[in-house]
Amino acid sequence: MGIQQISIFLENTAGRIADVTGVLKDAGINLRAIMIADTADFGILRVIADDSEKALAVLKEHKFTTRTTDVLAVHISDAVGSLHEVLTIFDKHEINIEYIYASLEKTGQSAVIIFKIEDCKKAKEVLCDIGFDCIDSF
Amino acid sequence: MILSPELECMNRKDLRVLQFARLKNLIEKIYANVPFYKEKFDALGLKPSDIRCLEDIKKLPFTTKDDLRQTYPYGLLAVPQSEIVEIHMSSGTTGLPVVNAYTQADMDQWTEGMGRTLSGAGATRNDTVQNAYGYGLFTGGMGVHYGTQRIGATVIPISSGNTEKQLMLMRDFHSTLFTCTPSYALYMAEKAESMGINVHDLPVRAGCFGAEPWSENMRKEIEKAWNIKAYDIYGLTEITGPGVAFECEAQDGMHFNEDLWYPEIIDPETGEPLPDGEKGELVITTILKEGTPLIRYRTRDITYIMKEACSCGRTTRKIHRLFGRTDDLLILRGVNVFPSQIEHALIEIQGVQPNYLIVVDRSEKTHLDDVELHVEVSIDQFSDETRGMEALRSKIEAVMKSKLGISVKVKLVEPMSIERSIGKAKRVIDKRNLYNKD
Repeated sequence: MGIQQISIFLENTAGRIADVTGVLKDAGINLRAIMIADTADFGILRVIADDSEKALAVLKEHKFTTRTTDVLAVHISDAVGSLHEVLTIFDKHEINIEYIYASLEKTGQSAVIIFKIEDCKKAKEVLCDIGFDCIDSF
Repeated sequence: MILSPELECMNRKDLRVLQFARLKNLIEKIYANVPFYKEKFDALGLKPSDIRCLEDIKKLPFTTKDDLRQTYPYGLLAVPQSEIVEIHMSSGTTGLPVVNAYTQADMDQWTEGMGRTLSGAGATRNDTVQNAYGYGLFTGGMGVHYGTQRIGATVIPISSGNTEKQLMLMRDFHSTLFTCTPSYALYMAEKAESMGINVHDLPVRAGCFGAEPWSENMRKEIEKAWNIKAYDIYGLTEITGPGVAFECEAQDGMHFNEDLWYPEIIDPETGEPLPDGEKGELVITTILKEGTPLIRYRTRDITYIMKEACSCGRTTRKIHRLFGRTDDLLILRGVNVFPSQIEHALIEIQGVQPNYLIVVDRSEKTHLDDVELHVEVSIDQFSDETRGMEALRSKIEAVMKSKLGISVKVKLVEPMSIERSIGKAKRVIDKRNLYNKD
């Protein structure tokens, strides 16, 4: 359906994010996207890995508190107003976005934007109907 | 000054005769009137006639806080309910409160005990006592109130809180003595500074402080901040409230009102009585109580009975400033909290055995207890959104506030981040250094 995102609960302590990346590095996992939501006491690190199942397994093995969430990944051309166009479509269809972040893409022609949406399926249908490229894997 | 020299300065031999007569009378009454005690006596094959001297008190069964809960509300009543004139109960305890029901005679004893306490701090009818202990079911406020009436002083029943008004009345009505928790005394002094009031200009010359543990260092701080004498007082709701023991001008141990309440020190492990001078658990028998008398009540407070006679002239023995407790009771902002209460509340929220740590500190700024509760987030509760996590934290804080009656700051921590110990889990880090001393 969408892309599987892994969320990791982290206390706001020095070096804690590096603990996560260390575990992933040792398992040979490459990250496609990363973002952190933080509060004074804790943060939620969200990542999209090239091998989600394996990433989840090693994180659990190292006792990290994890949760998987389906997110929508959409190719958007690297041009002024293109993100705005997508958001306008969501607005028209009353699709609420919980959060957005960008992935690491190399092409330079387009960007992959990650959307966390309550009704991921509906958002995907809406965009695909119009001709957007929603990707299923990195 | 000594309020009742005929009793407080009694020849020790005569005092023992009086204590035994009162004990004997108590035992006969409760054996006849309180089924709870009759059963306890019968189980031990004990009859009131087996108690032939004061030392025989060690044959009697103990009473615990748990016994009080199980007999809630009126299970320990030794008189018809029509004889009861007032009721008090302890604050913030697990489940059921601990009740004390007073007859008029019990009220008179309490009043006497508190009158002696205030007299020990030098109060007379010429004084104005500002009573900043809470009024209500809590015994602190009412206890001090009755005591001031016993000595004929003027009482300002302001109750706790409202610091600006406290200071205003103190200034305008020339309060010479005030009563509150020691931490609040320090807080008030700092608040005064920020209001531009120099507390040294106020007519206050003494304070009676208790209801929470405090150290000799804290006494020095209060005395310096206020330029007053700070007196330690001891009491507990189950026995009567404040007024059980108090410091005199020597400020070296608290005179136990032995003619009213009989103290023993026991080894908390074996239950064996310990001689004067040896540290152990304080056990009290309410030898004169009518409403809800208690036999050998285990206070869980650790102290010793001091051997030396006091320079003040009172012959009642003194207990040393408390050294701590035999259980894990935490006194937070004057409210009794057991870690198990926090645990039960967390189980209700989380649905699983919680991992938590209570970190208590006393704020350098306000001198009030700051409580931080670290809670490990369970996988089930982990939300991908900060909103969800903040909601969880607020929920835990709200539940703690309603169950414990105090504000607790909750910090969500990662699973397995709280140190595990083999055997009994360490649930509390108390940085307050309450019992440091001497």
